[in-house]
Amino acid sequence: MADRRGIPHIAVERCKGCGLCVSVCPEAVLSIDESRVNLKGYYPVTVESGESCIGCLSCALICPDVTFTIELLDDR
Amino acid sequence: MSVIFKKTAGLTETDTHYCPGCTHGVAHRLVGEVLEELGLLGDTIGCASVGCSIFSYNYFNVDMIECSHGRAPAVATGIKRTVPGKTVFTYQGDGDLAAIGTAEIVHAAHRGEHITVIFVNNAIYGMTGGQMAPTTLSGQKATTAPTGRNAELSGMPLKMSEMIAEVPGATYVERVSLHHPKYIRKAKKAILRGFTYQLQNRGFSMVELLSTCPTGWGLAPVAALEWLGNNMIPYYPLGVLKAPEEV
Amino acid sequence: MGRTLMKGNEAMALAAIRGGCTHFFGYPITPQNEIPELFARELPKAGGLFLQAESEIAAVNMLYGSAAAGARAMTSSSSPGLALMQEGISMLAATEIPCVIVNVMRGGPGLGTIQPAQSDYFQMTRGGGNGDYRIISLAPATVQESAEMMQKAFDLSHKYRTPVFLVSDGMLGQMMEPVEFLIPPSTKPAGDQSWVLSGHQGRRPPRTIKSLRLDPAMLENHNLKLQGKYSRITRRESQFESYRADDAELLFCAFGSAARIVKNSVDDLRQNGRRAGLIRPMTLWPFPFPAFRVLPEKCKSLVCVEMSCGQMVDDVRLAAGGRVPVHFYGRCGGVIPEPAELSEYAEELIVGGAV
Repeated sequence: MADRRGIPHIAVERCKGCGLCVSVCPEAVLSIDESRVNLKGYYPVTVESGESCIGCLSCALICPDVTFTIELLDDR
Repeated sequence: MSVIFKKTAGLTETDTHYCPGCTHGVAHRLVGEVLEELGLLGDTIGCASVGCSIFSYNYFNVDMIECSHGRAPAVATGIKRTVPGKTVFTYQGDGDLAAIGTAEIVHAAHRGEHITVIFVNNAIYGMTGGQMAPTTLSGQKATTAPTGRNAELSGMPLKMSEMIAEVPGATYVERVSLHHPKYIRKAKKAILRGFTYQLQNRGFSMVELLSTCPTGWGLAPVAALEWLGNNMIPYYPLGVLKAPEEV
Repeated sequence: MGRTLMKGNEAMALAAIRGGCTHFFGYPITPQNEIPELFARELPKAGGLFLQAESEIAAVNMLYGSAAAGARAMTSSSSPGLALMQEGISMLAATEIPCVIVNVMRGGPGLGTIQPAQSDYFQMTRGGGNGDYRIISLAPATVQESAEMMQKAFDLSHKYRTPVFLVSDGMLGQMMEPVEFLIPPSTKPAGDQSWVLSGHQGRRPPRTIKSLRLDPAMLENHNLKLQGKYSRITRRESQFESYRADDAELLFCAFGSAARIVKNSVDDLRQNGRRAGLIRPMTLWPFPFPAFRVLPEKCKSLVCVEMSCGQMVDDVRLAAGGRVPVHFYGRCGGVIPEPAELSEYAEELIVGGAV
């Protein structure tokens, strides 16, 4: 289980920068990117340390704007 | 590599108008996912209510009808009684369902209408700007309760799920919360159960979703999640209030 | 089926079923209860559905849902009940949902009385709900006509995608008269179904029935579209009966129950050598202005008779356009005028030189 690896993809333009995903991520994978603004005018979420993602889906579950697509990396 | 989460076909491509961090969007997604997983998108008619949820007809990938404030259960009754083979649901907030629409929700449950009610309770009137709702907590500030809800003036907050569970015609009533991923998983199971009972013609089902209103509450989105957990759940306990006995 | 003696209320309900009505939603109120009672007995036998709602508000919203899902649906009520339904009627007009709503009028304002009156003329022609909209209002004067107009009401509602009022009253609804169902039962489906909520089956984009348009330009366009429809209805659908009017010096105008009584007065006056006549609007909206375009050559005055304190008289004055004086005679509160008092009133006008 420790080897479970997820790959989060972010639809940046859907994001409203609320940060709920950041708050629930157990592995501190995500952060709000204050260096840019999306078309809606928000600081969007970004993947800070993707290699830490365990594919738990917490971010995707809490996101009100369906910003995330999550892939699972099969570990053979 | 496999995709383990992606946007459901139960939602359209339209971005929601909800404020950042408002968990209405989570409620929409769960309903959309359940309808997609049950294969019902082409055979569902949804009833939008008045409040923040009014534009829900733009977001669900199903046929929808706009209903006057509080009347969605009556409209849903008319639809379901006309096309009983379709899946019919209402999507109502607490201002809509617990104030102006109390007669309609009680009597739809009372008749045992084969509909599913998605009841989003955020303890405030969101769309109109944060006025007190029947569900506003005691002491909670609102624009029409500037010093906090005063029970002597306005009564104690109404527990709709408990009330509806007492109605003989109601089959399934459960209260869930959207303030944490763990609870969101449970919420989806409840919504799935509600629609499944409708598919089985087992009568009226209602799922109450405790939801945040960061703007109306005057809290940052993450603080709103915490406020819900700390303040709403103690007064509105989670769990199944009524369910049929499984054979 | 030959001529049968029945109440106006029963005739309307039976005619509705013959007209293809499949769904009825209603709430009890006097003096229209024979309508839901007949539907409760007969509609299930015809394969339809009768459902008693918890209020008139719920009933009109059930009607909205049912008609939006494609049913030929209706409701009925009486004056205060219609007042409660106005929110839904405005929605039905805004969303262009075809359906039929019967008003068996009683005296008001407030709870008023259960006795017959015509004091809902404003409610039936000027709206009562919010916004710019019009509802076709058919006004029968006999039990036979109540049945015929009911069948016609469904066809009109689908032709124009609009709610239609059938405006009866406590007298017409409760009285028994022979009635014959002359129009064959309607079997034709309701034309264009492209707006009906049926589930998209994955074959078309999702469909929404709604009235909200926050963009002013869009809402103005929608209103203009509705107004275009209302103009077409006004041009095509106004109806009236002209009774001994051709050579009338004194021309009555009355609808429904009042018109029946006026006919007797016209006959009485004629027997006494007075040239009286009647224009009877059969549609309250659109009001039959064409009936007044050319007044009888010798017409010296119009007398509007209503079982109210004077509502239709506003339209009669507009129709007269100042060419002749318009007098008003009304009884209200559930009082039904007698032919003799109308004749007497007319005689006084004539003797007084008004005619």
